[in-house]
Amino acid sequence: MTIYMNEVAAGFASRITAVAPMPTSRQVWGVASSNPSRPRSIIPGFGLTMGITLFAVSVIVLIPLSAVFIKAAGMTGAQFAATALSRRALDAYKLSFGAAAAAAALNAVFGLVTAWVLVRYELPGKRIISALVDLPFALPTAVAGIALTALYAPNGWIGRWLAPQGITIAYTPLGVVIALVFVGLPFVVRTVEPVLADLGGDVEEAAATLGASRFQTFRRVVLPAIGPALLTGCALAFARAVGEYGSVIFIAGNMPFKSEIAPLLIIVQLEQYNVAGATAIAATMLVISFALLLVINLAQGWQRRRRSA
Amino acid sequence: MRSAAISEPRWLRLALIVLMLGFLALNLLLPLAVVFAEGLRKGIAAYLGAIREADALAALRLTLTVAAIAVPLNIIIGLAAAWAIAKFDFRFKSLLITLIDLPFSVSPVVSGLIYVLVFGLQGWLGPWLQAHDAQVIFAVPGLVLATIFVTFPFVARELIPLMEEQGRDEEEAALSLGASGLATFWHVTLPNIRWGLLYGVLLCNARAMGEFGAVSVVSGHIRGKTNTLPLHIEILYNEYNFAAAFAVASLLAGLALVTLVLKSLLEWRFAGQLAGRGH
Repeated sequence: MTIYMNEVAAGFASRITAVAPMPTSRQVWGVASSNPSRPRSIIPGFGLTMGITLFAVSVIVLIPLSAVFIKAAGMTGAQFAATALSRRALDAYKLSFGAAAAAAALNAVFGLVTAWVLVRYELPGKRIISALVDLPFALPTAVAGIALTALYAPNGWIGRWLAPQGITIAYTPLGVVIALVFVGLPFVVRTVEPVLADLGGDVEEAAATLGASRFQTFRRVVLPAIGPALLTGCALAFARAVGEYGSVIFIAGNMPFKSEIAPLLIIVQLEQYNVAGATAIAATMLVISFALLLVINLAQGWQRRRRSA
Repeated sequence: MRSAAISEPRWLRLALIVLMLGFLALNLLLPLAVVFAEGLRKGIAAYLGAIREADALAALRLTLTVAAIAVPLNIIIGLAAAWAIAKFDFRFKSLLITLIDLPFSVSPVVSGLIYVLVFGLQGWLGPWLQAHDAQVIFAVPGLVLATIFVTFPFVARELIPLMEEQGRDEEEAALSLGASGLATFWHVTLPNIRWGLLYGVLLCNARAMGEFGAVSVVSGHIRGKTNTLPLHIEILYNEYNFAAAFAVASLLAGLALVTLVLKSLLEWRFAGQLAGRGH
């Protein structure tokens, strides 16, 4: 066992020493032996791979993220509130969370329709359409941002038809919602799709046999089954939308109190060399995001238990 | 084919299909089309000019450099994390997975800010770095760090479920037949996970090259020096140089399309060898 370990370590070391220090023997066995009831695996490399992982997680994720909270904790309440709870910041949170919620609601409808058609209907070119749904994952946000602005600006492809009707989308909160709908769509489709595909026709057939109309079957049988997935997808889209920056700032107009999103306000503070203010807003946003993440994880656990039950 | 009792009436099916196609055309196709159309608006010569311009080329080089550092590091970290998590049992495993996933739920702007707080002038290591004449923020190391952070989960989160699904039997067989650990990884594990690994790397690379918010905070926007392609697009756009902005943007849109094609090919051909698909 030890021999294998060392061979792996030697083999990897030449390539990895530049990245992470070799774990000490205490690290190697300290964690593994903490659970003596478990039969030891003959697979080597736990110490090395765990060492790299813990090093990377600490240096890249944990320590930098903790800087936000340590710095925020060092401020007085008044200092913190001066930026993070200012009128301007409150309006920015309201816009970020409000627009994210509106976009998630729209994506619940369009995402469900998209997933439904992709899973259940025959359609020429379905594979290509399905691949295209992931475009927002692959397209850089800045590109999406200027593209959407070019479409919805008053002289844009779509905006020029709306302007005479008195409808402006770009440079208003409506533009923010449009950008967040773009960003969030694949989250909903990709979360709902597998659950919908797993849902066999038999329960629906049973409902139909018992005299349920197609709509009743959908509302009483299908929707409860895919509901948790739909909610999870919307929550993921919402979480992403709250922090979204690149696709929004071009179309938003960025007017304080009106169309300024919270992430942009962090940038504004940094540009004014107000690092403390930027940190206070970031800490507020992180706390809300982590709370969201917790809710999503709980919901997903609940969903897994339901599906396996 | 589904039986008539559990399929929607024809008119409803048609309506849903039209609704979906209309929505996707508006939400996905048009934004893609407008990038190329606006980029070519002033003719092919202006398009090529915008791409070949010195600052654009410098931005392209920087984007490739950052990705060339960040993606391999993420591969090493992702492989190590997946090996430790999928092949061994230990306490706090789900906590570790949560920590690896964490960057996905952090705003890109905050992802940049955290490195300013550590390495910036007013940050923890700022004075020390200044004393040693080293720069992280407003320089390439900052860009690389921010990029690694935002792409941190991609490789690991593809490999962990895949390797957990595959279990330990094959590795244990190879080891008990006398293969070394490294040989086992190379000849047994890697062939099993190669398509999943490629899948994760593909998505990791797309995000690394396209990241905007996080690098925007740590870049300092020095033209020809610390501007990546997405930041270059922003500068051109804010200078009302729209045709050039869209010309450069079309490069990244092309990268996105290539990513989508390769990703779809992997999903179609190797569905059984990717995490959570084809089961």
